[in-house]
Amino acid sequence: MTMIGLEIHCQLTNLQSKLFCTCKANYREFKINENICPVCMGLPGSLPRLNQEAVKKATMIAMALNCSTPEKIAFFRKNYFYPDSPKNFQITQLNIYGDTSVGGTGSIMVGDKKIKITRIQLEEDPGRLIYEGSSSKNQITLVDYNRAGTPLVEIVTEPDFENPKQVRDFLNILSDLLANLGVADPSLEGAMRADANVSIKGGKKVEIKNIGSFHDLEKAVHFEITRQESLHSRDIEIIQETRHWDDQRKITVSSRSKEEELDYRYFLEGDIPWIRIDSDVHQKLKSEMPESISSKKKRYISKYNIPPQVADVLSSDKFYSDMFEKAHTESNAKEVANIITTELMGLVDTREKRIASKLTFTHLKELADSIQSGKVSRSSSKNALHEILKTGKDLSVIIAELDLGNVSDESELSEIITHVISEESQAVEQAKSNPQTINYLVGKVMQKTKGKADPTLTLNLLKKQIGIS
Amino acid sequence: MNLKISALEYIQEVQNGNISAEDFVAKTLERIQSIDEKLHAFLSVNDKAVEQARQIDKKIKSGDKVGECFGMPISIKDNMCIKDNKTTCASKMLKDFVAPYDATVISKLKQQDAIFVGKANMDEFAMGLTTEFSAFGPSSNPWNTDYVPGGSSGGSAASVSAFECVASLGSDTGGSVRNPASFCSVVGYKPTYGLISRYGLISYANSIEQIGPLTRTVKDTAFMLNLISGLDPNDNTTINNQDQDYLLGIDLGIEGKKIGIIKEMLGDGTSAEVRSATKDAISKMEGLGAICEEVSLDMVKYSVAAYYTITATEAGSNLARYDNLRYGYDFSVEGYEFNSYISKARQMFGPEVKRRMIIGGFVPSAGQAGKYFLKALKVKNKLTREISETFKKFDLLIAPTVPILPFKKGEKIDDPVALFQVDINTVTANLTGRPAISVPFAMSNGLPIGMQLIADSNQDKLLLQAAHALEQTVTLPEVPI
Repeated sequence: MTMIGLEIHCQLTNLQSKLFCTCKANYREFKINENICPVCMGLPGSLPRLNQEAVKKATMIAMALNCSTPEKIAFFRKNYFYPDSPKNFQITQLNIYGDTSVGGTGSIMVGDKKIKITRIQLEEDPGRLIYEGSSSKNQITLVDYNRAGTPLVEIVTEPDFENPKQVRDFLNILSDLLANLGVADPSLEGAMRADANVSIKGGKKVEIKNIGSFHDLEKAVHFEITRQESLHSRDIEIIQETRHWDDQRKITVSSRSKEEELDYRYFLEGDIPWIRIDSDVHQKLKSEMPESISSKKKRYISKYNIPPQVADVLSSDKFYSDMFEKAHTESNAKEVANIITTELMGLVDTREKRIASKLTFTHLKELADSIQSGKVSRSSSKNALHEILKTGKDLSVIIAELDLGNVSDESELSEIITHVISEESQAVEQAKSNPQTINYLVGKVMQKTKGKADPTLTLNLLKKQIGIS
Repeated sequence: MNLKISALEYIQEVQNGNISAEDFVAKTLERIQSIDEKLHAFLSVNDKAVEQARQIDKKIKSGDKVGECFGMPISIKDNMCIKDNKTTCASKMLKDFVAPYDATVISKLKQQDAIFVGKANMDEFAMGLTTEFSAFGPSSNPWNTDYVPGGSSGGSAASVSAFECVASLGSDTGGSVRNPASFCSVVGYKPTYGLISRYGLISYANSIEQIGPLTRTVKDTAFMLNLISGLDPNDNTTINNQDQDYLLGIDLGIEGKKIGIIKEMLGDGTSAEVRSATKDAISKMEGLGAICEEVSLDMVKYSVAAYYTITATEAGSNLARYDNLRYGYDFSVEGYEFNSYISKARQMFGPEVKRRMIIGGFVPSAGQAGKYFLKALKVKNKLTREISETFKKFDLLIAPTVPILPFKKGEKIDDPVALFQVDINTVTANLTGRPAISVPFAMSNGLPIGMQLIADSNQDKLLLQAAHALEQTVTLPEVPI
């Protein structure tokens, strides 16, 4: 049986500062080596100053993944030499001397499959290496320490996955969960990274490191299973090793590094005293946690009668659910949900588009209300939405500028209908004998009004003129 | 002008207008110029000190608010960061390192208008107890320049003892303040772990070390502690002492206090002179109304082994950052692969540092940790429990600071294990986080003997009170240099 386990590194991108100093957690906006200080550069004499907010957020993740949460947590040093690590040790967490990391064992359902969590730990991210030079001979390595010390949560799973699809589903659920908790923006480049271990029946465990995105993780796992299966079918032994994901060639490559031989000489980080997180603190954190995705979904279905598939989409994406929460009223909830899941989704499907979008929840609310009151037709609302995203102008201004308002003036509409009836005599006859075919005539009226005719009014007037009930 | 005054006397004299900060600092620098060639207490001297003193005099004259130090000249062990000053740890590895920030103790003293006359010599990265392991040459004992001043804060102790400054800050990982204080006949104090911020102190063994003052009198130590102690957001291990005033009630004496004489710290390794000084100290304490009784701390016999195992482990990690990539000395990375570069760059460490780094790589390693590092932690925990029990029955503990008299330079440097054993009486306070102080108590053939008192955690005030009482029982000669 194929067994896949994951180690996911998730940056707590929504925090203000790094894990042990006051430099910004959002290092992406800085010029190289400008988001640094004596502490994150590990200068002689500097000491770590624990960001309490990071402990809170990491604990929330642990609770959201149903993990056990110990009463006291501690930090450890992982000792190894590497140029991206300013102290040549990483401050991280460890459970070998008892459960002292922010999260112990837990689990999460992925469809019908239960995925067990081994542990969750809080640690610091290293700096970033930048390679320059064309050949290996004149290659130089530059180090940018802006990222060094940013808060990272490592989520380790049991090898419970059986195929790449489960891995992908899990990752989707996880990144929605993290976004919903408000602890991270998983769409930021490098915010989520992963290592995977893969073994097939009768084979040894192979670790794949250095996978920079969730998209590639699924591919890497898929590649690795195929590689191992093809070895197995030719009776070639699968050796236990560490492989690196080559994201240029999209293959895994054996890394001849001696990583497995490294002895990290873990020991307690004396500069950070043990932190007590008793049940009162856990209760308080729980009360501060945003409503979970599954609870939102249930509420949308039961309270607003929104179809389950729609509620699913709406609740799992924080961007959409935040919009929905603010825009909806008792009466327009279904309409708002409808606009989001049928129209808006296609327009803001990337991070860039979301940032560029000028849509506010007020727009959304007005649009839904206008559709319901017949001021704007559904088809016109599409154009209006487009324009709002681009310009951010008021809905009323856009309706006027683009002439999107419904034709709901009875005499104006009657005139158009008279025209249609005279042009479509055959269809009129048909409608008289089979009232359902009247929709064809409604369509014609819509054509003439460029979709702006109030549909209910049109139908009533048509029926009246033709003389059917 | 008389340089041979205490910190509190200095403040009095300046406030009374009898001396100016500028004159006193200038005279101090002159004295450093004339005698430090013999002592080598300093690694660098602050050439702006006189100008800084002049500015403080101006403030005094104009009636502006002046900090409590009134321009008092202080020396700082060269493992504490002073902004824009070289901070070398007496190592070639950091010979060009200029600190870009102030240690917390430094910013606190700056606020109080202290003047840093210079950076004091030490054993490289504070590893040693003779100051002979300084990469820039040893310091000498002002009482006899053929002798070591103790260590690792040897430069600090020598500079206070020889009147090259009024007070000094050292750091104490296993006795590094108390040992040289004892050898140079000054007061040396290691506070409760967490009482003084370590932010800006270059770590050697961070879980047990503390910054501590070296002064002429116990009252001066209490004065210094008032200025530099307390909670610091930059050091998560600091404790809130509620701005306690350590000078208040320091004269209250020790009548009725129960003092335990630690049996294991007066073992076979104790010299006859030190033993007889200790007996004298005990009878003087009893004369002051204290009740002295022998007590056993069984784990002390393993304390030195545990101490060196733990400190080597932490040092191995703390000193890993010195790869010369981001700061250090002039040695270009060009053309090197990372591992070969750092192994080459790190050859700049001296022999004692290398020795401890090698031990530090071994004792916590997979397969060895159970035999060494984890066992050492067990000793530490057991010793801590033992001393906690002891303090249920006693207010204070007494033992000689060092079991032997100061020795000659070169005498023990080639025998690391013999050197390690000299720490037997001091490491317990570090391993258990307890405050301890060394008070000048006797002389033997022109060489000083210090007496050590240990108190329970957060009983620093009581400790200083007792040390002050003991100090008052003796009159000691003036340093010959």
